Amino acid sequence: MTDFTMKTDADGVAIITWDVKGKSMNVLSLEGWDDLDALVDQALADDAVKGVVITSGKDTFAGGMDLNIIAKMKASAGDNPAKGLFEGLMKSHGILRKIERAGMEPKTNKGGKPIAAALPGTALGIGLEIPLACHRIFAADNPKAKIGLPEIMVGIFPGMGGTTRLVRKMGAMAASPLLLQGKLNDPKRAMQAGVIDEVVAADELMSAAKAWVLSEPTIVKPWDEKGYKMPGGAPYHPAGFMTFVGASAMVNGNTMGVYPAAKALLSAVYEGALVPFDTALKIEARWFTNVLLNPSSEAMIRSLFINKEALEKGANRPDVADQTVKKVGVLGAGMMGAGIALVSAKAGIEVVLLDQKQDAADKGKSYTSDYYDKGISRKKATVEQKEAALSRITATTDYAALKGCDLIVEAVFEDLGIKATVTKAVEEIVGKDCIFASNTSTLPITELAKASARPDQFIGIHFFSPVDKMLLVEIIKGKATGDVAVAKALDFVRQIRKTPIVVNDERFFYANRCIIPYINEGIRMLREGVNPVLIENAAKLVGMPLGPLQLTDETSIDLGVKIAKATKAAMGADYPNDEVDEVLFWMADEGRLGRKANAGFFTYDDKGKRGDLWEGLAAKYPASDDQPDLIEVQRRLLFAQVLEAVRALEEGVLEDIREGDVGAILGWGFAPWSGGPFSWLDMLGTPYAAERCDALTASYGDRFATPDLLREMAAKGQTFYGRFGAQKNAA
Amino acid sequence: MTEAYIYDAVRTPRGKGRQDGSLHEVTSARLSAGVLNALKDRNNLEGHAVEDVIWGNVTQVGEQGGCLARTAVLASNLDERIPGLAINRFCASGMEAVNLAANQVKGGAGEAYIAGGVEMMGRVAMGSDGAAIAVDPSIAMETYFVPQGISADIIATEYGFTRDDADQLAVESQKRAKAAWDDNRFAKSIVAVRDQNGLEILGHDEYMRPGTDMQSLGALKPAFKDMGEVMPGFDKIALMKYPHLAYINHIHHAGNSSGIVDGAAGVLVASKEWGDKHGIKPRARIRQTAKIGTDPTIMLTGPVPVTHKILADAGMAIGDIDLFEVNEAFASVVLRFMQAFNVDPSLVNVNGGSIAMGHPLGATGAIIIGTLLDELERSDKEVGLATLCIASGMGAATIIERV
Repeated sequence: MTDFTMKTDADGVAIITWDVKGKSMNVLSLEGWDDLDALVDQALADDAVKGVVITSGKDTFAGGMDLNIIAKMKASAGDNPAKGLFEGLMKSHGILRKIERAGMEPKTNKGGKPIAAALPGTALGIGLEIPLACHRIFAADNPKAKIGLPEIMVGIFPGMGGTTRLVRKMGAMAASPLLLQGKLNDPKRAMQAGVIDEVVAADELMSAAKAWVLSEPTIVKPWDEKGYKMPGGAPYHPAGFMTFVGASAMVNGNTMGVYPAAKALLSAVYEGALVPFDTALKIEARWFTNVLLNPSSEAMIRSLFINKEALEKGANRPDVADQTVKKVGVLGAGMMGAGIALVSAKAGIEVVLLDQKQDAADKGKSYTSDYYDKGISRKKATVEQKEAALSRITATTDYAALKGCDLIVEAVFEDLGIKATVTKAVEEIVGKDCIFASNTSTLPITELAKASARPDQFIGIHFFSPVDKMLLVEIIKGKATGDVAVAKALDFVRQIRKTPIVVNDERFFYANRCIIPYINEGIRMLREGVNPVLIENAAKLVGMPLGPLQLTDETSIDLGVKIAKATKAAMGADYPNDEVDEVLFWMADEGRLGRKANAGFFTYDDKGKRGDLWEGLAAKYPASDDQPDLIEVQRRLLFAQVLEAVRALEEGVLEDIREGDVGAILGWGFAPWSGGPFSWLDMLGTPYAAERCDALTASYGDRFATPDLLREMAAKGQTFYGRFGAQKNAA
Repeated sequence: MTEAYIYDAVRTPRGKGRQDGSLHEVTSARLSAGVLNALKDRNNLEGHAVEDVIWGNVTQVGEQGGCLARTAVLASNLDERIPGLAINRFCASGMEAVNLAANQVKGGAGEAYIAGGVEMMGRVAMGSDGAAIAVDPSIAMETYFVPQGISADIIATEYGFTRDDADQLAVESQKRAKAAWDDNRFAKSIVAVRDQNGLEILGHDEYMRPGTDMQSLGALKPAFKDMGEVMPGFDKIALMKYPHLAYINHIHHAGNSSGIVDGAAGVLVASKEWGDKHGIKPRARIRQTAKIGTDPTIMLTGPVPVTHKILADAGMAIGDIDLFEVNEAFASVVLRFMQAFNVDPSLVNVNGGSIAMGHPLGATGAIIIGTLLDELERSDKEVGLATLCIASGMGAATIIERV
């Protein structure tokens, strides 16, 4: 069975159809490459063939490349993965270049057969790079189709000619949002942007493409003609000069210099722009090889692509029947409840949004209305979608409305007593199969479940704020939580198109458990006299989205105080954070409660725009003369989080390091370039990581003590993915 | 070891580096040849009198390309057996030419050199020769490249100079330059630019704005704020390299930065024996030369470490220097130098500098050596130090001593 088949019509147009059996969307495999290569040879050699249309047997064109291609290329040259990759990529360039040249005379550009791409729908990654090598790209007028090169999102860049061709076609400036941000377009926008050439009605796709092929069109690419000039100017053209000077600064500034793919992409563009096309492809292949061999790219692909998808597809779902949610009851219409109602209604689920007062419930529902209004004004949503979503939400104060719900998500005030009362009240109304979930971020699920008559049906579903933007949902199993509840939660998360991790019930679960030490370490440094500007910039320079002090402002100081007090009450004499509390309590006393008070570690103007750090900090905690190195600050900030992740694994809170990595990146933005805490430790090597922990412990105390697990792995020279990755991947 | 001496130093007046500048009609080769001819005539350089002409020039494209040094020799009245070496160390090119010549003489590779440089900034645009450090992503990102104006503003932020500090220095530069011209202090070295018929094209530095005061400078907008804060956002890059800074304080503008001008300068460097042979007396000994690399992002702090180096190499202390020329590329460069060495501002750039009179990139290094020598003689002082900051993070310095 082959992925590509060819049939030549009576009019002399060979139709090459891509249709990978058993897949909902085409992905390119090495075997597929060979098929396509052979068919192109055949078509070009056959005198009866006047031209070719490459299309798909599915309603989409292709979703991208099978990542096994990369693994196979790496392995193809024995112990020299760079050679295997480079040669594999050059072979791929050869196939695409053969399509592009289509048998033309090298010098005169005479002859050759027109080859069109006909895209019935979505065309991503290599699914667009193959069409870009063709002479004209037709797409069906399918507004749901997405066309683009999203490689950068997972830590690589378009390395099958997409980078070189798009820049040659559109110019560096115009191509940059498509290459550097992975921006996807629907067919009409893709045509306006100049990525594709024609959008036609779906039922006319093939006839339009064939008609063009038979029209004896000019097929020479501009860059294969004499005197080709890059749109917008090459790097040493006066206009291009400014573009390229600016591009380096913007890419470096926006990525804080930690993403190797963005740098490599830009280098491939620059160096490629200075040489003829075939040389540019070779340069692209060298940089792409370089990126594929970069541990950061490898880790990003693993966490953000492979494992994220595996978790979304239920990698850790218990084997029980489908638990798709039909009607969800959301208790509490505050910010979290309103957000949960929105994402549920958006996913087509009936929602009962319940609060004590009708005003509050209505206000919660209006959040959905506002969300769609914003989308409509930006042409990203329609009035019909808004009406449909609103019609699914019942805002009420009446518990009886919860009848028929198969899932309850409780988002009421964080208080054991209140939550217990609500749990009991709900269980009197709903059916016996209904799963009850709490959105608590601080209270133990096992404790909350005690109020339930059916603790095996009680679970934690912890959303992050704002619910509609944050990609991660943390599912927490209490001691008594059963498989059906876990499956229910996972199926719900799948419906609302978020990424789940499943963890066990310990203080702060997983995400908050790791974030709090990060914040605390920043505050400790401030107290020690480390320049707070350095603390914040050090965090950003290591890929954290927010510095610890800014993060504290965002989440509010009083929340920090509340958590600190509760934790201290629970831990008693073992409580380790008195030094942090000194700062927090002082800030609270000063009324600097964070962004919501327009005053925190930072100053804010009347409109809430963040300004400089508050001067009071320097008065109370003056910067010492002896400032630490940037890297020392960064080590403290990263190890504070990462060691907590290791402890969570040791204690069984985490059952799967994939969840630890994916959850860290999606949950709190942990340095995405690293692939997550465990990937980062693997990158450092456990022996080196343990050494660093020992050094940090010696300098700053036991909170950096090397966990036994890490110590043991260091002694054995193990990696986390070597030891914990394989068994889970096999499952 | 042979010693190297300065016998003569001349320069053209500086013309505005614009289409309406007085020197805009003059070619780079002609302007250079005028300087070479002046040195020839003033010192009777007949025949194969010097070993080489070392000519500094930054933007070596178009009419300034193709080894302008040799072209200039052929365009001048010098003997054709004298070759020409075009060099580029950005803003210190003219100084590097002199230093190189001095060290060749000291090492015995020839007895005499003409060294100097030229830049016709109105005719050959700055930056038009390209620069991989700015454009090549793998290099620009690795070195945290920012344009010089941003670097000058980083210096101001890092070392705490305010807009007022910078503007005061600029006002002082204008005042001193005017006073120097009024007092004819440049008369010894200025060579008017003349046409092929002997008519004067320019006889004075035309860039100066003697009326400049704090108020007029206060009206100018910071020149590098937009490129720093908005597009393409170079401040972010600066803060990546200097993460202890919260923001960059943009204090520089056209009035407290060096002016874009056309100009050329040359210095006659030779051994004692050569002077004896030609019957001319040396004016100063080139006691020490130095160059150094520094962080390329803040870029323009080079005068400080290169001064430490040259003093150490010469076995001298800062107090041994009687007068300083620190090129006024940007006000903060000079402010930083004075701060680092705690030198009396009245000893630095006594007759004004590039802020008032302009900075013809390839020539300035030779100009300030000549200005320093003239002022040492006028004020009857002994030892002077000239230094410049240099693009891509470098510094150069020369110590001269009257004989």
